[in-house]
Amino acid sequence: MSIQWNKDADAALAEAKEAKRPLLVDFSAAPA
Amino acid sequence: MPLGAHIKEHPAYFHRFDAVWTPTVLVLDASGEERLRIEGYLPKDEFRAHLELGLARVAFMRKQWADAEQRYAQIVERYPDSKVAPEAVYWRGVSHYKATNDHTVLGDVAEQFKGKYQDSVWALKALPWSH
Repeated sequence: MSIQWNKDADAALAEAKEAKRPLLVDFSAAPA
Repeated sequence: MPLGAHIKEHPAYFHRFDAVWTPTVLVLDASGEERLRIEGYLPKDEFRAHLELGLARVAFMRKQWADAEQRYAQIVERYPDSKVAPEAVYWRGVSHYKATNDHTVLGDVAEQFKGKYQDSVWALKALPWSH
């Protein structure tokens, strides 16, 4: 199962708040 | 919920969340408060244990003591050799104390550290609780 990464921080924070769920943030510099 | 931030795509996010190195992984609670920060690579199981510690911290900071205690206990059970296992032992005890106000549980935690994780900083932190 692949992870659906959100790329919009504001949207992700709003979604987490709405769902009352924690948010995992992955900062990467790895080549795509 | 996962948010991905690549240095080339979203450099502003690095500044916004004070990410100064890659990889950096944050666990934020639902209100956006940072509850765990992992900087640098970790082996798979160690990484999982750290993430679960972050989720336990989320529950703890929401004062969901029973949930937090259960999450810390699961870390100790699933990842007994993890670097975060001693921390989970400590906070498992604190969560139980918060739920019950039974201070004897803290002494029990100190006793547990005499048997395992003796060299961890968490054993030192529990030392004042010794019977």
